[in-house]
Amino acid sequence: MLQPKSEAELAELLAAAQHPVVIRGGGTRPIGRAAAGEVLSAAALTGVTLYEPGALTLVAQAGTPLAEIEAVLRAENQRLPFEPMDHRALLGTDGTPTIGGVVAGNVSGPRRIQAGAARDSLIGVRFVDGTGTVIKNGGRVMKNVTGYDLVKLMAGSFGTLGVLSEVSFKLLPEVETCACLMLEGLTDHTAVAALSRALASPYEVTGAAHSANRGGTSRTMIRLEGFAKSVAYRADALRGVLAEFGAVDVIADPALVRQMWKDQRDVTAFAGQAGDVWRISCKPSDGPVIAAKIKGDVIYDWGGGLIWALVTEGHDLRTSLGAFAGHATLIRAAEATRARIPTFHPEPAPLAALSDGLRRKFDPKGILNTGLMATAMPAA
Amino acid sequence: MEMPIPNPAILAKRARIIARLRDVLPHDAVIDDPHETRAYECDALTAYRCPPLAAVLPQSTAEVSEVLRICHQEGVPVVPRGSGTSLAGGALPTADSVILGVARLTAVLETDYDNRFICVQTGRTNLSVTGAVEEKDFFYAPDPSSQLACAIAGNIGMNSGGAHCLKYGVTTNNLLGVTMVMMDGTVVEIGGAHLDAAGLDLLGVICGSEGQLGVVTEATLRILRKPEGARPVLMGFDSNEVAGECVSAIIKAGVLPVAIEFMDRPCIEATEAFAKAGYPMCEALLIVEVEGSEAEIREQLDVILEIAKRHNPVELREAADADQAARIWLGRKSAFGAMGQINDYMCLDGTIPVSSLPYVLRRIGEMSKEYGLGVANVFHAGDGNMHPLILFDANKPGDLELCEAFGADILKLCVEVGGCLTGEHGVGIEKRDLMLTQYSHKDLEAQLWVKDVFDPKWLLNPAKVFPLSVTETRRDQAA
Repeated sequence: MLQPKSEAELAELLAAAQHPVVIRGGGTRPIGRAAAGEVLSAAALTGVTLYEPGALTLVAQAGTPLAEIEAVLRAENQRLPFEPMDHRALLGTDGTPTIGGVVAGNVSGPRRIQAGAARDSLIGVRFVDGTGTVIKNGGRVMKNVTGYDLVKLMAGSFGTLGVLSEVSFKLLPEVETCACLMLEGLTDHTAVAALSRALASPYEVTGAAHSANRGGTSRTMIRLEGFAKSVAYRADALRGVLAEFGAVDVIADPALVRQMWKDQRDVTAFAGQAGDVWRISCKPSDGPVIAAKIKGDVIYDWGGGLIWALVTEGHDLRTSLGAFAGHATLIRAAEATRARIPTFHPEPAPLAALSDGLRRKFDPKGILNTGLMATAMPAA
Repeated sequence: MEMPIPNPAILAKRARIIARLRDVLPHDAVIDDPHETRAYECDALTAYRCPPLAAVLPQSTAEVSEVLRICHQEGVPVVPRGSGTSLAGGALPTADSVILGVARLTAVLETDYDNRFICVQTGRTNLSVTGAVEEKDFFYAPDPSSQLACAIAGNIGMNSGGAHCLKYGVTTNNLLGVTMVMMDGTVVEIGGAHLDAAGLDLLGVICGSEGQLGVVTEATLRILRKPEGARPVLMGFDSNEVAGECVSAIIKAGVLPVAIEFMDRPCIEATEAFAKAGYPMCEALLIVEVEGSEAEIREQLDVILEIAKRHNPVELREAADADQAARIWLGRKSAFGAMGQINDYMCLDGTIPVSSLPYVLRRIGEMSKEYGLGVANVFHAGDGNMHPLILFDANKPGDLELCEAFGADILKLCVEVGGCLTGEHGVGIEKRDLMLTQYSHKDLEAQLWVKDVFDPKWLLNPAKVFPLSVTETRRDQAA
């Protein structure tokens, strides 16, 4: 395993590299087709480089454990806005999630609908391209339109454009408290209608989820966060808005609410369950229509716009779904399945050509997580 | 400002290019009369002017595609134009270029309140997007000062911000999808009503690419429900430092105002003379606005007022009603107009870390004396996006050049303290030659790769964003 101790070492290593490398942060998110090559670990690039609570800004080395960053922020009563999911339970991995891995996968959570994804909070990157050149883009200020936004391009590029060495974020204050409104027994259609109603209210919903729990009682959850009086006021107002959908329970114990949403974020309901796990992003009102085509359990997030599906092992869910506006990603499956079914949703030819063109520019030797995001599979 | 020498081969075939454009567009959509192309000779950076070879005003994505296909075949540079409100010269033509204006693409294509998005053609103005959803109490969040006039196309090109981005983000955070025409005429759909990209985040790099990667004709935008209410408070301080500290303290306290605006004494004096908003005469003034229900507003304002009091304000004024709120915003909103009344001015747009605010303001004051040109500061303090207005006399020989040199020094200072050249206006031609103060050649090269992939012939808005020396070989190759 290669483990550079500095950005300069990382650059030297990639400049000299003649063979593909497999880039790893904490190794907790083995998503994508398994790439061949020696492991290149960013785990030794650690440390918070700069933290200015008064400017809501943090800069860290890419290999810094996420937990370390969250602890630093907690001490100042701040947080990462996008609530990154922890994949360990779902994917059955151990190890230490790193902030670079969060960025490489554009990992977010239920708050994505209100606070954006990792890409929306990311304000700067430093990375090393496939030839060993160090490149920076963006910076440490939250408004920056100087040149092209390669920051967004790097978020979610799964190491195929460069190896991240440093990342910068804008932050948000931690909230005083949270509460959760709950409805039980709604059908998927009614649940998404209720979530839409809540999201179209002025009450600043920061989580809108629904567990279909086929064969049991479904559960619809709406999260509110903020100052205590404000949360209480909004919970009450929203209960009125949602009354027509059924009895609304308000859970006001913040510890319980946090646990419920941590489970939602990490899709713990599917952890340890046999089957492949797919993640579908769609227009919220299309959610129930798409889910009706899925034979298996589903969990909705993002007001219906995100569907987690647990399906039979080895089944290409895209063939069941047919054409739809959005994309389906294969998150958990055996390596043999991932070698056969593309992890990432195939794109229209002109877009695939643009993505390929970008990869060839940033990685002309073709050595960075080669084929990990490929949507055309080699002939069997 | 140096611009590339027009390509004589293109000028020589002007008639043929115009005839080909007329073949695919309605007669009045091709403007080639020299009197009429004058209307497109500049944008809001009026110091630089050059009429284009022609201007075209297509009415559909298909027409845009036809225009670009022809220009691609003929090797003609194309300069996309929204409403022409760019302060950075983003829509400045060259004599051998065709201006592609989106002014006739103004339709609302779809409004979906259940899924909280609107799909519009990009010639539509920013404010009229909100106008289209107001009946249901929704709004489109990014609110650049020019929102009455500026087009969504330009907002996407420059990744425009506004006063309320501390809470709602800038254009890129509110853009869900685009229909874009590539330089060769290919129409692509990227994103849509769903969130995040299937593969690489192409939408993320298109937003803010200043019309160099493609022409965006339709956009899917996130719309939000309006808050129940909003209220500003006005605070006056006797030093910039203390006002800066107060901003940091408010942010650290866990309240997230929707806007924190900052004005310094020269700006207060000018706007007061112009708009008579009743501002106190002091060194620094903050306008802090919070949103929510009455109770929520009260709770947040109590925290903010308490912090303000610890910083010995010379004035602390909470709006008691809508009229007083409007008066608090009146001066801020008329600041640019007020400065325009007393002088020509150049508006800068650098962003700095909030912690550097007092130092940067002090240095700007010192430089103002050295250059002998006045400066008024008005800006979005919560996110560090400065807007120094340098006052000069356009009729006085040498004054514009002096002003530009002063501006460049201020922007270099912004970069020096860890900030950037432009927070929301874009690079255009105005800051093009300063790019190497913020980025290395290698940093810029990586950005050029993106253009190489999207526009291999380098025909879209080619003389912008990057120093001409950096892009010369690529542009020459195209010609």
